[in-house]
Amino acid sequence: MENVQLNGGQQLAVKYFVVAVLLFVAQILFGLLSGMQYLAPDFLLGVLNFNMTRTVHINAMVVWMLYGFIGSVYWLLEEESGHPVVGLKWGNLAFWVLTAAVTVVVLVYLFVQTGPGNDFTRWFINEGREYIEAPRWADIGIVVCFSVFFYNVAATFAKGRWSGIAGVLTLDLIALAGLYMAGMFYTTNISLDQYWWWWVIHLWVEATWEVLVGCIMAWGLMKTLQVERKIVTTWLYIEVALMFGSGILGLGHHYFWIGTPEYWLSIGGFFSALEPIPLVAMVVHAVYDSGVRHMKSNNRPALAWLIAHAFGNFFGAGVWGFMHTLPQINLYTHGTQWAASHGHLAFFGAYATIIIAMFYIAVQHMRGQADLGSHLPDRGWKWKWALGLLNVGVVGMTVALLISGYEQSFIERAMDGSTWYGYFAAQIHPWFVQGMQWRMVFGVVTTVGIGLLIWDLLTIGRARPVTLPAATESR
Amino acid sequence: MNNEVPWWASESFWKKTAIWVTGIMFVVLIFLTMNTLPQISAGSARVPAYSVINKHIAYEFDDRRNIQVPVIGEDDPLFGEMLSEKQAEALVTHGKKVIQGRNCMGCHTLLGNGAYFAPDLTKAWLDPAWGSEAEREEMMLNFLLDPQENARSFGSGRTMPNLHLTEEEARAVIAFLKWMSAIDTNGFPYNFTVIEKEG
Repeated sequence: MENVQLNGGQQLAVKYFVVAVLLFVAQILFGLLSGMQYLAPDFLLGVLNFNMTRTVHINAMVVWMLYGFIGSVYWLLEEESGHPVVGLKWGNLAFWVLTAAVTVVVLVYLFVQTGPGNDFTRWFINEGREYIEAPRWADIGIVVCFSVFFYNVAATFAKGRWSGIAGVLTLDLIALAGLYMAGMFYTTNISLDQYWWWWVIHLWVEATWEVLVGCIMAWGLMKTLQVERKIVTTWLYIEVALMFGSGILGLGHHYFWIGTPEYWLSIGGFFSALEPIPLVAMVVHAVYDSGVRHMKSNNRPALAWLIAHAFGNFFGAGVWGFMHTLPQINLYTHGTQWAASHGHLAFFGAYATIIIAMFYIAVQHMRGQADLGSHLPDRGWKWKWALGLLNVGVVGMTVALLISGYEQSFIERAMDGSTWYGYFAAQIHPWFVQGMQWRMVFGVVTTVGIGLLIWDLLTIGRARPVTLPAATESR
Repeated sequence: MNNEVPWWASESFWKKTAIWVTGIMFVVLIFLTMNTLPQISAGSARVPAYSVINKHIAYEFDDRRNIQVPVIGEDDPLFGEMLSEKQAEALVTHGKKVIQGRNCMGCHTLLGNGAYFAPDLTKAWLDPAWGSEAEREEMMLNFLLDPQENARSFGSGRTMPNLHLTEEEARAVIAFLKWMSAIDTNGFPYNFTVIEKEG
């Protein structure tokens, strides 16, 4: 924040970004613990069992990404709307309430962990449903804080100016909040439970989150490459049409085996197979714009991470998702390390990357529009190595998990009849174990990458306080 | 509207397309949901009533559908006690709440969803790991009450931690697992070997 005046929204954004980075670190540390438990089953047994290390691993991920998204929106809000954030003090209050709530939830996960089979446990300790384990009180708190955030966004655009990005963003946030509530009820019927649970999980990560990052991408390309607004807005509409056109009914690929009728095999298979198309469009869009501008940017780390996003989203969400989305294949891959492989590359490629790009856009502004182009001291080795290590680390984990997943599909699912015996026969097979070992190695590579990334974010642009002319601002 | 770009590349065309496509897909999803929900309510053909825990449950190959499907047979009450529909629902509900409260999905999968650190529980009731049908209830109960002492890790060294279930909670979990095994999951898990009647 050195001698640069940030607007109100940006100040709040920085707070969200700081917590996001801390949770990112928590995600990877608990990921290392979970990975270790595969290799040494007695590690932390009875102290912090796998179910809790893994819960913190995936919950920290969901929450840091939400913090990253909320921060990104606050960051661009005043610039995009041409108006100071409406109700900013409520936004600030919501940040502190949400952060306090997240802290309490994590402490309860670590020190209380689980509870008896009654309603108190579900309201105050752990709901026990993957990804949305947070107890019900926290769900309500999240909805309240999110409503404040939504009010800030909608009211600011309403008082300032609307744009295509603003319209898509606002409608998408309504959908995002509404869908979360589909996961906020109890039912004994596991089929019904999972039917609605997927509305939250799938329609978040494979629909509304994708559109949200589409908005951030559109704004980011204007910012880093000075692409014309008309072009990014048109692309954004194309992406919305393709994304919701394939992703809404693509939900059906989660309805193959949970008790739902057989017609979902066809609907889910067909529409989810189309889901990579918008991701291809995004790659074309990003690469085309970068090429037209000869990759000239005064924020190369941000541009590099935006391009990493375009490719990561396509490969992680698109290709890795497509590989096991058809029911004929999914019958053997569902519930194996295939899903973990896909999850690692997709969440990183589609979401972590673009939030990191926003971190760099923010950092550049905070350092007085420092030139983060090609003239960085030490040739910018830190950001380049962080980019390299993180991508190699996550791709390495993805491939290692995929090999374990292949082995599981063959031995547990196809040959040994999916019984407990079959499960363990697959788990002790050398190919599986080697996959887990390599996953650990690449997990450490990823961790080093995060350390370097944080170091770089704290220092980049400080050494050369070059101030660029105002023309670098997007219009 | 715009003279420089053709209509199919114009902002307004894609804006309208985005709105229409999203709207239509959402409406279709609502219709499909309204069609699906009655078919997966407890007591439907695909998702049986909770009192199915009073019956024998098998998982047999169906030639017409070319997959294994649950087959509900004669009376075979859980722990030898016939329950009313209401009692059965209460017991299975307790089991589900234990499963959520102990965060079982943090290691296991249910209907294939969850974590991959421990076996899938979709057809756990039918698993040959419990010896035979005659021994099953007792073995499952003992396992849940002390999974360290009664570990079933098949040479992997991976054991389930003792989650300190009460006997009442363990019985409720078994009731839930029995009920879940009777759900028609379109043949998932594939090629499943079912527990023998006699040891």
